[in-house]
Amino acid sequence: MGITGRDIFLIAPELALAALAAAVVLLDLAPAFRRNERLGQAAAIGGLIVPVAFGAALWVDVHANGAQYGFNGALVVDKFALYVKFLVAAAAGLTLLASGGYARRFRPYQAEFAGLLLFSASGLMLLAAAADLITIYVALELATLPVVAMAAFAKTRAESLEAGVKYLLLSAASSAFLLYGFAFLYGASGTMQVVAPEGGGPTIAQALAQSGGGAPFGGFAVMAAAILAVAGFGFKLSIVPFHMWTPDVYEGAPTPVGAFLATASKAAAFAVVLRVFMEAFGGASADWGGLFAALAAVTMTLGNLVAIAQRNVKRLLGYSAVAHAGYLLIGVAAASQGGALGASSVLFYLGAYAAMTLAAFFAAMTLAERVGGERIEDLAGAGRRFPFPALVLAVALIGLTGIPPTAGFMGKLFLFNAAVNAGLVWLAVVGAVNSAVSAYYYVGVIRTMHLRDAPDVPPSPDADAAPRTPLAAKTALGVTALAVVALGFWPGGLLAAARAAAESLLR
Amino acid sequence: MLTAIAFTPIIGAALVFAVRAPARTTRLIALAVVVAELALTIWMYAVFSAPQGGYQFVQRADWVPAAGVQYLVGVDGLSAPLILLNGILGVAAVLVSWRVELRVREYFAWLLLLQGAVMGVFASLDLILFFIFWELELIPMFFLISVWGTGRRDYSAMKFLLFTFIGSAFMFAAILALYFSFPAGERTFDMTALIWKDMSSLIVPTSLVFGGFLIAFAVKLPIAPLHTWLPDAHTDAPTAVSVMLAGVLLKMGGYGLLRINAGMFPDQLAAAAPLLAALAVVNVLYGAFIVLRQTDLKRLVAYSSVSHMGFVVLGIASAGAGAAQLNGVGLNGAALQLFTHGTITGLLFVVVGLVYDRAHTRHIPDMGGLAGRMPLIAAGFMIAGLASLGLPTTSGFVAEIMVFLGTFPVYGLATALAAFGVVLAAGYILWTAQRALFGPPRERWSALPDASPIDAAAMAVLIVPIFVFGVYPAPLTDVFEAGVAPIVRGLGG
Repeated sequence: MGITGRDIFLIAPELALAALAAAVVLLDLAPAFRRNERLGQAAAIGGLIVPVAFGAALWVDVHANGAQYGFNGALVVDKFALYVKFLVAAAAGLTLLASGGYARRFRPYQAEFAGLLLFSASGLMLLAAAADLITIYVALELATLPVVAMAAFAKTRAESLEAGVKYLLLSAASSAFLLYGFAFLYGASGTMQVVAPEGGGPTIAQALAQSGGGAPFGGFAVMAAAILAVAGFGFKLSIVPFHMWTPDVYEGAPTPVGAFLATASKAAAFAVVLRVFMEAFGGASADWGGLFAALAAVTMTLGNLVAIAQRNVKRLLGYSAVAHAGYLLIGVAAASQGGALGASSVLFYLGAYAAMTLAAFFAAMTLAERVGGERIEDLAGAGRRFPFPALVLAVALIGLTGIPPTAGFMGKLFLFNAAVNAGLVWLAVVGAVNSAVSAYYYVGVIRTMHLRDAPDVPPSPDADAAPRTPLAAKTALGVTALAVVALGFWPGGLLAAARAAAESLLR
Repeated sequence: MLTAIAFTPIIGAALVFAVRAPARTTRLIALAVVVAELALTIWMYAVFSAPQGGYQFVQRADWVPAAGVQYLVGVDGLSAPLILLNGILGVAAVLVSWRVELRVREYFAWLLLLQGAVMGVFASLDLILFFIFWELELIPMFFLISVWGTGRRDYSAMKFLLFTFIGSAFMFAAILALYFSFPAGERTFDMTALIWKDMSSLIVPTSLVFGGFLIAFAVKLPIAPLHTWLPDAHTDAPTAVSVMLAGVLLKMGGYGLLRINAGMFPDQLAAAAPLLAALAVVNVLYGAFIVLRQTDLKRLVAYSSVSHMGFVVLGIASAGAGAAQLNGVGLNGAALQLFTHGTITGLLFVVVGLVYDRAHTRHIPDMGGLAGRMPLIAAGFMIAGLASLGLPTTSGFVAEIMVFLGTFPVYGLATALAAFGVVLAAGYILWTAQRALFGPPRERWSALPDASPIDAAAMAVLIVPIFVFGVYPAPLTDVFEAGVAPIVRGLGG
């Protein structure tokens, strides 16, 4: 059973993305690209059309023929995987669009920065389509290692190096946990397949269903596997108590890295958690449902409470990302009860959250460059001086709070919907109260921007010297802010896609 | 029709914000919008047929079919008068804002958005839509208080925001619990359908769902001890926002109690009636006693609102306790109190704002003899004050007497205690009038001008309904009666 052309077609989005990444780095050697770095940026963004087109072709194929398996069952392409791929591609494209001006400070290595981002995106896409434990692990590493380099990219800044080292060490540790958990799972079930085609051998869930002891999860080995997997994935998801790196890396790493980590990386990580737990641990759903419900409550509460005390915008967004990981876990916990509602609410929220978080990061990045500081108090008076990015940040933060009519409100509506449907009313209450708590710090930033006057001290010389915000970055700001509002009014389309994706998890 | 009513101010807000006109033109545009809005609401109210009852002007469209959310608006006898009230107060609010000079475009945009959001709350018949408008109102309020307010405006705006938001978190959970309590296929957020459903076995104890709604509405109304945001917000808000806050935003709480707590959960209301009656008496008396100690004119009116909202709760409690047999007189009184208090307290805040604009103080001991300097404003204050203490021929009298009539047969003691609140009201209103308006004229106030024609118009807009519905309340009570009739039926009356 060698590799067929069909296999190549199934992995085409990832391959195209990796090729694009290599091309972006190589093209930078051409004299024209040396002279004008915008060309490289345009090539990276324009080239994304190819993987997206392959993704669209696959969607049509999958829609007609059902889930497709490739590489002897190592790869599964279903609507769930494709939904996540589109999300990753959109987040990567928007991040590149917004960060052209920012990346200029990395000259002459800005093309490498874009290349690393695209490599990582291809790993994330593969992660969503991984059908066995080995592929999951390989994809995870492919997605993680470029980010380490990106986090440390501003190599003259100690904070950036710290962020890179921290991300490297913690991701190594979490990979170890994950592998250990996978080893237990393999030992207990005798197979690597999370999902498998008809007649392609037993899946983990099928193998475990036959053994089945009296212990939680059907056996102590499986319980150990589940707990180690939660610890391993928990790092990627930045859920408490594995969240410690999040604010440090978001603050220290170049801002586009934070935006990418918070959206694309988080989306793929949630996707793989949904797939592994719904498919592999499907038989022990009550056990992991309770586990995730408890983690959700702790994560969002701690994230929100600590965020109140933050003084740096990027750090605040870091803790906000922790809190939102908690909200998303509500949907994961609800998914344990079966049905598509829990998983579809997670998928919708990932989309909504990506729009809001990208808008927030882009606006914070633009404003930080303009006012010459990343502290919240530096933003005082920004509403008057830089109305457009300040407006975008306000829209994003209102969305993150969950105030209608924004994507955030609709996302929380569906998440809490799923929770209540799964009988987790208490969790919906905790989530709703947490939204109220988060209003304090989100609205606090808006208040500083729009209601406080700028300090009397003359703005730092950097601010005046900063180049004008490029049109590309403005476009990214506008697109994301518009998406936040549009999803608040017309969530139907994305919700339908999320539902179709979630249903492909129910076999 | 209702879509037009809800979105005219919202589109107007966008218009005001988009047109970079001089301040004067902006004011005129805003005035045109609210006058058009008032015309729409009066038209709606005139066409609304009380004998026919039920929901009218209903518009229904799917919005998020996957989650069962509809765009569903309509009015019944309960919401129609409150929409009219919001139309009236919108005009008054724009008129009293004539002297705002700071960031005029933004100010009027937020003010119009606020009015539109409140319209949406009263017009929504879908719980999610209701909730969306309920939350939408937070943003304009926050900005209006924190930019154009006075004193500790940052603190007050944030306090307002957090109180309401935490309250509505419980409402949100209650809405979802309600939705999922029914088997798939029967699930709905449609209030017109939910009112007829059997609420005895929900996925969580019914009392928790009832309590979730109660907390949200109790914060808004407010019911002590959840009222502490109100005096701060009122005191630091600009005049027009105080008018809207006292006039219609508090009414959202009372409206919610009537529409959802009383309308959908009659059994729970019956069980909670003694508690609500006790809270109501505490509200009335505690509020009134606090008023007596106030020296800040605005804080004084704010606490008098707390006191008066106690009557609303009392009327609702009486209906729960079985007085519904009396054709829901108490309930009707509670609903009427929402309307009358809206106009009366709105007028009080207008007057207080006018005094503050001129004297630049709200400290009562500093005033005195103002009546001689500004007779029109003083007359406005006296009309509002006397209506507030329930003088016959004003609408305040009608509402309170109905609450007492409804409550006395079931809660004699509570009625007697609450009636003492009216006595206290007479005390604080008259005492305040004496200290602030009458007495020897003071030298430092000798140069103060009286109300301008614009100011007088703002007062007149509110004085007219006070007297019209005080002398001839039927157009109002008939409609409210049609509105509370289904609730009365639900309560077994």
